[in-house]
Amino acid sequence: MAVNKILCACGSGLGSSFLVEMNVAKVLKKLGLHEIEVTHSAATDVHKGVADLFVIGKDMYDICSPYGDCIVLDSIISIPELETKLSAYLKTKGVL
Amino acid sequence: MDSILNVLQQILSTPSVLVGLIALVGLVAQKKPIEVVIKGTIKTILGFLVIGAGAGILVGALNYFGALFNFGFGVNGVVPNNEAIVSLALNDYAQATAYIMAFGMAANIILARFSRLKYIFLTGHHTLYMAALIAVVLTVGGLEGWQLILAGSLLLGLTMALFPAMAQKTMVKITGDDSVAFGHFGTLGYVFSAWIGGLVGKGSKSTEEIAFPKRLSFMRDTSVAISLTMFVFFLIVTGKAVMTEGYDASMIASGQHWIIFSLLQSLTFAGGVYVVLAGVRLVLAEIVPAFKGISEKIVPDAKPALDCPVVFPYAENAVLIGFLVSFLGGLVGLGILSLLNGAGMSLALILPGVIPHFFCGATAGVFGNATGGRRGAILGAFGHGLLITFLPAFLMPVMGTLGFANTTFSDADFTAVGIIVGNIANYIQGVGLLGISVVAFLIPVVYAIAVPKKAAK
Repeated sequence: MAVNKILCACGSGLGSSFLVEMNVAKVLKKLGLHEIEVTHSAATDVHKGVADLFVIGKDMYDICSPYGDCIVLDSIISIPELETKLSAYLKTKGVL
Repeated sequence: MDSILNVLQQILSTPSVLVGLIALVGLVAQKKPIEVVIKGTIKTILGFLVIGAGAGILVGALNYFGALFNFGFGVNGVVPNNEAIVSLALNDYAQATAYIMAFGMAANIILARFSRLKYIFLTGHHTLYMAALIAVVLTVGGLEGWQLILAGSLLLGLTMALFPAMAQKTMVKITGDDSVAFGHFGTLGYVFSAWIGGLVGKGSKSTEEIAFPKRLSFMRDTSVAISLTMFVFFLIVTGKAVMTEGYDASMIASGQHWIIFSLLQSLTFAGGVYVVLAGVRLVLAEIVPAFKGISEKIVPDAKPALDCPVVFPYAENAVLIGFLVSFLGGLVGLGILSLLNGAGMSLALILPGVIPHFFCGATAGVFGNATGGRRGAILGAFGHGLLITFLPAFLMPVMGTLGFANTTFSDADFTAVGIIVGNIANYIQGVGLLGISVVAFLIPVVYAIAVPKKAAK
């Protein structure tokens, strides 16, 4: 299955999800994946089908997990953790 | 020639276009391709207009709420909500807010470069809200034009570097290293909580050793949380009004049963906040990455100060305890405020807004846990809940006509900065106020030059 869109979510969809989005964009660029769209929004906007993958902090897991694949970050600011988890996920999807 | 000047003048005085221009400059400075520049500029302007539309939605519900509260209880009732008050403030103070935000971020970079407050405040929505607050209190204090913008930008830059510095000691305790800072304008509440934690928490175990049910996590969805609490508030307030002598049906939307009315108005309010959030998201989409990129170039050694959920994963139970206990503190605070009112003081009744208690209360719980375990998390968050109930009550009088809105700023730093600057402005107006702002901004810079750094850390 293709991964076309990644959504980063947090409570208000303003601060921490935006930060995670910038980090995801950075990692995707490093991996050479320029086609994957990444965006951020509030928990309210998380539904089935809005994204192929949600990248979130632990506190959002219960809200997002019913609606699709999630990468849960122990530390939402750690780029190494994000890179490890994201590239492992993309490998299972055959994107990498 | 006249018409060109007219267009230029309107660009610089129409807030939405001005904000678009700021984004445009940021994008061009980063040498982005033309299509990205166009897209980013348009979305920024769009976002500003969307915020105004959100204000239009929620103000109707707020007006009903205020009128019914006043009628039923005989005092002003206020629901603190940053998004609501900022969207209302932008109706009248948008131009000053936009300039103050732009130059305030520059002032933050200057401070990080030349003082020992090496923090870059990356929580863009709070920068916007603080800019709006400062624009309001300084305007009420008699500043206008370039003086308003200069004083406001310096004060904003100062708050952006100073508050993260205040939280850093506890941040190191929470995260275990000194590389990340905390940027969320509820700092005074968190530091207060950490202080209480340090006093009471000796020997208390961490909150993370308790097993907790996770059912409350649906409340992390802010729209649901706002809808539910506003519904409860509306039921109480409308119900009381209906039972009060002199009530007539024209006080609520005609022909509606008061329960249905309460349901619709509470969801309308939540809908307005949802729209404002969407607008803020659009406004910040280009500005924050530009600010981040530019600041990383100019002050590479500064610490990024980040939004409050960065600390949530370090103490998940403290997050939940913090919210519940802070909310309880808000209810107790409300009780105290109404007693004070009964005793003759004229204070607005501050209702416990669910969003500040959820985000700030949770963070206060984490800070309290870091210094004082369970006991620290509980008592610290309770103290925080009281604090963010009393501070808004004292902010209302210095907000000019916005002091009569039925909503206000919620988080501790907004209200504290507003109270301090607003009360100074009661005594010192105009140029004196500008002078104080300049001096306040220069103190950390002069300190860094005059006092040599300690050799060893």
